Amino acid sequence: MINKTLNKALFTGVSLLALATLAGCGEQEKKDTKEQDALVEINKNPFPSTYEPLPSEATLITNVTLLDGIGGQMENASILLENGKIKAVGTDITAPDGVKTIDGKGKWVTPGIVDAHSHLGVYATPDAHAHADGNEMTKPVTAAVWAEHSIWPQDPGFRRALAGGVTSMQILPGSANLVGGRSVTVKNLPDRTIQDMKFPDAPYGLKMACGENPKRVYGKKGGPMTRMGNVAGYRQAWIDAKAYKEQWEKYYDDYEAGENPKAPKRDLAKDTLAGVLDGDILVHMHCYRADEMVVMIDVMKEFDYQITSFQHGVEAYKIADKLAENNICSAMWADWWGFKMEAYDGIRENIPMVEQAGACAIVHSDSDQGIQRLNQEAAKALSDGQRAGIDISKAQAWTWLSANPAKSLGIFEKTGSLEVGKNADVVLWSADPFSTYAQAELVYIDGGLAFDRNNPESWAISDFELGQAGEGDHK
Amino acid sequence: MNKTLIASIVAAGVTVSAGAAAENIAIVGGKVHTMTSTGTLEKATILIEDNKITKVGKDITVSGEYRVIDATGKVVTPGLMGAFTSLGLVEVPSYGSGVDANAGKAAISAGLDASYAITPDTSLRDITRIEGFTSVASAVSQSATMFKGQGAIVTLGNDETPVTKARAFMVVDVSESGAHKAGGSRAALWVELRDALKQAEYAQNIRFTPQTEWHGMPVADVKALVPVVKGDTPLLVIAHRATDIRQVIALKEEFSSLNITLVGAAEGWRVADEIGAVGFSVILNPESNLPYSFQQNAATLANAGRLNEAGVNVAIGMNTHNIRLASQNAGNAVANGLPYQAGLASLTSSVAKIYGLEDTHGSLKAGMTADVVVWSGDPLEVMHAPTNVIINGEEVKLESRQTKLRDRYLSLESDKPVQYTRP
Repeated sequence: MINKTLNKALFTGVSLLALATLAGCGEQEKKDTKEQDALVEINKNPFPSTYEPLPSEATLITNVTLLDGIGGQMENASILLENGKIKAVGTDITAPDGVKTIDGKGKWVTPGIVDAHSHLGVYATPDAHAHADGNEMTKPVTAAVWAEHSIWPQDPGFRRALAGGVTSMQILPGSANLVGGRSVTVKNLPDRTIQDMKFPDAPYGLKMACGENPKRVYGKKGGPMTRMGNVAGYRQAWIDAKAYKEQWEKYYDDYEAGENPKAPKRDLAKDTLAGVLDGDILVHMHCYRADEMVVMIDVMKEFDYQITSFQHGVEAYKIADKLAENNICSAMWADWWGFKMEAYDGIRENIPMVEQAGACAIVHSDSDQGIQRLNQEAAKALSDGQRAGIDISKAQAWTWLSANPAKSLGIFEKTGSLEVGKNADVVLWSADPFSTYAQAELVYIDGGLAFDRNNPESWAISDFELGQAGEGDHK
Repeated sequence: MNKTLIASIVAAGVTVSAGAAAENIAIVGGKVHTMTSTGTLEKATILIEDNKITKVGKDITVSGEYRVIDATGKVVTPGLMGAFTSLGLVEVPSYGSGVDANAGKAAISAGLDASYAITPDTSLRDITRIEGFTSVASAVSQSATMFKGQGAIVTLGNDETPVTKARAFMVVDVSESGAHKAGGSRAALWVELRDALKQAEYAQNIRFTPQTEWHGMPVADVKALVPVVKGDTPLLVIAHRATDIRQVIALKEEFSSLNITLVGAAEGWRVADEIGAVGFSVILNPESNLPYSFQQNAATLANAGRLNEAGVNVAIGMNTHNIRLASQNAGNAVANGLPYQAGLASLTSSVAKIYGLEDTHGSLKAGMTADVVVWSGDPLEVMHAPTNVIINGEEVKLESRQTKLRDRYLSLESDKPVQYTRP
């Protein structure tokens, strides 16, 4: 939508208009003849984050088994959280004056879980029709819609996920459409508005979907009604988006050349698709079947964009080598299978087999229940892999829950591992989190204590739950 | 590594099938959860002859006639029982095929009989049993009225006719979805339900022929309800809201013979003492802790523990394709207040009690059906799994189409198309 020069100009705060004017000084006679209208610029961030971290106090957690989220495990470890960041990780950290110290003997510390696939807020509970805001099932390509405009921050599911150690998540539109719309990445700190939850500076994602869902929804509504119809739909959308992108590029080139071109009419859907072609928006593609994923890799190459992740890659194990070659993550369930034909070949070793092939494996939920126990989903996948002879450690398996999803969402520089300088998104588990019985005891988001299992007074209660049966109960 | 594994599994399979019907098995050295008053025995022995358990205890001598399974360092439990499923009735539910679990267009409802539709040739059988489940209760999940008909008890063994008890229970839905089918309101549902039970009371003295004058509900439906009102067939009642559960208790006061188990009961804990007093069992999903509708506003992970504390018999497991996850569900109930032994019972003896199978299933003692599982460790721990599954006295292969898919793609051979690889 905007060419690279302009991106850079906007980033540095110098407008292209100013550049054009400066350039004009050297070519006085040519420029004087033309009056330029103001440059039409597209605001890429019209709904900016207003996220504010919780108040935090400097905290030292000692004596724990620590998984750093990037493959490392440390015994008798300590971690120091200060000013919302991870200040130190190691075995010989001394408590600075005034720091709150928590003895974590027998307990474990991990990075906060990042769920790459949630519909909290867009399919909120109570799941009344009135709350079904996740699928814009009106036409096959609805790249114009943004999930953040559907999210109800009062969804009680957010706090349940917090009790499971989830500190960030991507919220996606549903999978009815070939192109569903934009996703948004949020901090799991439920607040009044979605802007209050938006993960600062996280890139946008684009939800696309393969297979059964689009053909089921549109089969009797003008199509597509087959998988070949689906693929024709994606390709046409990219062709249209490329043409749109070229219009804008020509507009900026002409403007830069000193002409006074008329800006193209904006098209919200094509803004988003062009954003993918520019590399600004990350494609997260719902695709179960191995053969379909490979078709989509070919479409990706045809139109020169990158698929960041396949979501629900139930058959990723069949083509794990190709996923590794093409640098595409697979976000997967541990053991969901069989609920539809494209999920029929689900196996319990999918995640470890993807890992073994050197591809990026992610454990995701797509569920208001699953998101509460993603640690157990990773545990199941790990042990199933181990029994099949795949040698993976617990430390490596935790990358499926933090580093890999954070990378896929473009937020790994800020979260997803316990490294000095990163956001203090940290969970203290009551025991080894690969056990059914382990529970998240303390959950920190940007160093602020967002959930304390042993202090009911600290539990967030959504507006919906106030005054209802069960308000403030153990959930 | 993988090849070796397969080879050993195949070898074990040969041994098993060679002696299938008459094999004597001794499981020795394991930590045995008997699920009886005997409790848990360390380093105990279980003897199996034909399809029955003959001995359970310590200091049992094992003669050479037994094939020995060494369970040292492992855990032994009764085979787990899927409490509430449609297993055998559905292969691929959504936009798929092989679905007998949806009878929404049938003219009958209480009369529906799952036993005619159940097949052992479902991929769900092997996939479920290798996770330690040896039998399930199975019924249709969709019907035209509040009644979902008569469910069956199904073994997951190698039997060609897997229904071990047909018409084993009746299901009725008095939650919001049941009310929807009764015209949209509980105000209609409870009147209709009482009327149906009254008709059944009346019909128990009728010998129906095509000439019988009868102006009530479909004959097949009322006939199916007769053993229910007599208390011979357990009645499973799907209810969530505390108010609805109180209505079920009131129904029991009016039809005192009913043998009722609540299903779902998301708000069961709010009426735990009353449920305990009236003696209903409850089948639930302990992880259901969200207000999916206003009838579940008070849903909590503490539900199973609180009901147990009030003396309620709690069973866990409401799923079909993934009923195998009931052991994880139970583990989470334990993590949220259910005592550990009650957690194990929720998958075994508590289920057997609901279906009147406590004399044959759900515990380990002499005379019981030989459904026994040896686990690598705690069955409620997500990282442990069965190492041996014995159903009806026969050890089954730990193999399914899922393990075959796994093995095919673990050992990809690049010189020929993958479909020529036979795992």
